[in-house]
Amino acid sequence: MDFALIIALMPGVLASALRFATPIAIGAYSGVLCERAAVINIAIEGMMLVAAMVGDLVMLYTGNIWLGVIGGMLASGLLAILHGVLCINFKTDQIISGTVINIFAIGITGFAYRRFLATPTLTRPIPSTLQPIHIPFLAQIPILGDVLFQNRPIVYIMLILTFVLQYVLFKTPWGLRTRAVGEHPLAADTLGIDVYKVRHINVFLGGLVAGLGGVWFSLEQVGHFDMLMTNGKGFIGLAAMIFGKWTPVGSFIAALIFGLPEAIQITMNFYFPHVPYQFLSMIPYVLTMIVLAGVVGQAIPPAADGQPYDKQ
Amino acid sequence: MTKPPALEARGITKAFPGVLANDHVDLRLAQGEIHALLGENGAGKTTLMNILYGLYQQDEGQVFIGGQEVDIHSPNEAIAHGIGMVHQHFMLIPVMTVAENIMLGVEPRTARSRWLGFIGQLDYRRVESRVRELSSQHSLEVDPTALVQTLSVGAQQRVEIMKALYRQARILILDEPTAVLTPQESEELFQIMRSLAERGTSIIFITHKLKEVFAVADRITVMRNGQVVGSTTPEQATEQQLASMMVGREVLLRLSKAPAHPKEAVLSLENLSVNDDRGQKAVREVTLRVRAGEILGIAGVQGNGQTELVEALTGLRPIALGQVRIGEKTLKETSPRQIMEQGVGHIPEDRQKRGLVLRYSVEDNLVLCTYYQRPFAKGLIIQHEAIEENARRLIEEFDIRTPSARTPAGTLSGGNQQKVIVARELSRPIKLLIAAQPTRGLDVGSIEFLHRRLIEQRDAGYAVLLVSAELDEILALSDRIAVMYKGEIIDTLPAEQATREEIGLLMAGVGGHKTSPARQPVEVN
Repeated sequence: MDFALIIALMPGVLASALRFATPIAIGAYSGVLCERAAVINIAIEGMMLVAAMVGDLVMLYTGNIWLGVIGGMLASGLLAILHGVLCINFKTDQIISGTVINIFAIGITGFAYRRFLATPTLTRPIPSTLQPIHIPFLAQIPILGDVLFQNRPIVYIMLILTFVLQYVLFKTPWGLRTRAVGEHPLAADTLGIDVYKVRHINVFLGGLVAGLGGVWFSLEQVGHFDMLMTNGKGFIGLAAMIFGKWTPVGSFIAALIFGLPEAIQITMNFYFPHVPYQFLSMIPYVLTMIVLAGVVGQAIPPAADGQPYDKQ
Repeated sequence: MTKPPALEARGITKAFPGVLANDHVDLRLAQGEIHALLGENGAGKTTLMNILYGLYQQDEGQVFIGGQEVDIHSPNEAIAHGIGMVHQHFMLIPVMTVAENIMLGVEPRTARSRWLGFIGQLDYRRVESRVRELSSQHSLEVDPTALVQTLSVGAQQRVEIMKALYRQARILILDEPTAVLTPQESEELFQIMRSLAERGTSIIFITHKLKEVFAVADRITVMRNGQVVGSTTPEQATEQQLASMMVGREVLLRLSKAPAHPKEAVLSLENLSVNDDRGQKAVREVTLRVRAGEILGIAGVQGNGQTELVEALTGLRPIALGQVRIGEKTLKETSPRQIMEQGVGHIPEDRQKRGLVLRYSVEDNLVLCTYYQRPFAKGLIIQHEAIEENARRLIEEFDIRTPSARTPAGTLSGGNQQKVIVARELSRPIKLLIAAQPTRGLDVGSIEFLHRRLIEQRDAGYAVLLVSAELDEILALSDRIAVMYKGEIIDTLPAEQATREEIGLLMAGVGGHKTSPARQPVEVN
């Protein structure tokens, strides 16, 4: 292999790694928000899928991509409210509730796709994806500029979200209460903290965030909705959350590790077609399994994770 | 004019389905007073406190604070009225620092970020300096930067008290605060309580330990079956009187016990080491002998390896090093069932997790160890008549109060659950009984029953290994006392030579000579 070629390909690979890491990281943040408040959300995948579909639908009917983004996020937030009510108020098994939402998402998006999106009567705006924003001056920095400052909007939002969430979770009253509710809800309750309220708000915010990850697929990456286009990224997001030890910054790094092989695969396909691409496309999923099997250090979840709280 | 009481409850009534938990309860807490609320489990003490703290609403009755009638609907409102509560099970978050635990719910934000509201920046420095201030003011030693999970139980309790003081509590409710403390730690707590009371804090002190009432209380109110049965002062009352008030009948506080006549060793441990869940050594080279016809008491603060020791002896945890012999047989990779069949009875520490299957009926729980043997099974078939007959006999013999033999064990009171376990273990042929914290959480009446039963077993020639964190229980029952500290038996004493103070110090790790193979303590017969 040509060493110079690899060097030349580096910025491109890193930029696309960041791009592929985006939905994974956002999925992980959604998980962090929910699980720090002790609600397990395996429905992130389904929420993303619904958001991707609704986002395309709203864009199609309004002709505005950003309205599509908002519509997708709200749809996902609505599912999160459902998940919250089931898990927090009705104390349904959280895995079951999540599974139900995932199955529902596959059904509803498949239906909507065939009914409205596969052969639309309206035309999508051109372009139908969110366009890259070159940040003045910073985009000119060699390598770093290519990787960080010539991205599409949701990538930037993801980067900002990493630090905002890290700050909110660990430096603010809201974060302290969220973590308290996730670790020892009864203790929080005896100090006058409304456990249900904290959990509901976190799950709803988690839903909005998952929705942002969902519209990345339809409105930033592809330009329209495809069946099952989220392709398990919500689940990989959960693996990244665990890998990142339930912290936003950790999840971001983990998401990059998951995103990198995908970026390499695309480049490899192009320049080294004789290597079977299936091997590289396996890597994120294999990594997920390894992480979830607990090989990468012991990750300790919030103590009350997954347990409903019974108010006296 | 006299000052109005800090807190007064009048005619508090609270019913739960099927129970009248509080029946017209009156309580008067004077300013700066330490008021002991004494009663058995289920007497209604905790219900009353939960009403005062806003966790429950009373059906009837009024609460006055400083002479003003108040309605308390939530812990928030209780806190606003200056009521602080230290719960029996600490309400602390182990992975957070002391400062974070203290500020939770009343978080100060830095001046710059206050406008951000809930997402302003936490002002750690302000909390820490305030905690240090309160700390020196009340001589309450608390390090605000420490992680709670690294603190001792006593220190965690000080954090709980600090939490209340930080919220400017003038009325402090302590729910069974000494249950988890060593005698020395309890004494320190009493000093803290006295110094708080001198500075004007009024304290309600819930307990069922009579000695503590005399050590610290200014006034005593006794509750039984949801009612206040009397109010008195330590000067006017005697232990015997208070015990009778609590139970509603005469109670033997100290059981008479004939001298032991120990025979051959039934259980011998040689340099036994056991690891805990994290692979750390929890039991270190313990050498012990329990003989037929004696009660060996293992004293120690919880978490010093007693749990792991008992688990190893009952086959629930592997032995890391050393030897365990029951009778003539050496245990090696033995299953719990094989150990049971060697004649070992086990009253586990956690009766709800390990002692019973809560959803099974009383009669099924009574044959959990023997269901596969005749007469309860013939081949693969369970013999229901035999199980029913067995239940009838044991319910009668052990006075288990249950609506029927088919009632799920989980619905019985703690004392009756324990009786089910004791009945099961004693109804099969055993020669060694291992009783771990057998009276934890039980009321005076059930404790008396259990203690009597353990002594009877000893007199009948059983070897009894009693593990307890209750020093009084150890002193009342044991023939020999071994003190466990950080996984080691640091001393073994004959009971008649042991004093409370000496054992208390040993439990805190002070003094003692380690039992080593080279220097066995002299066994007194």
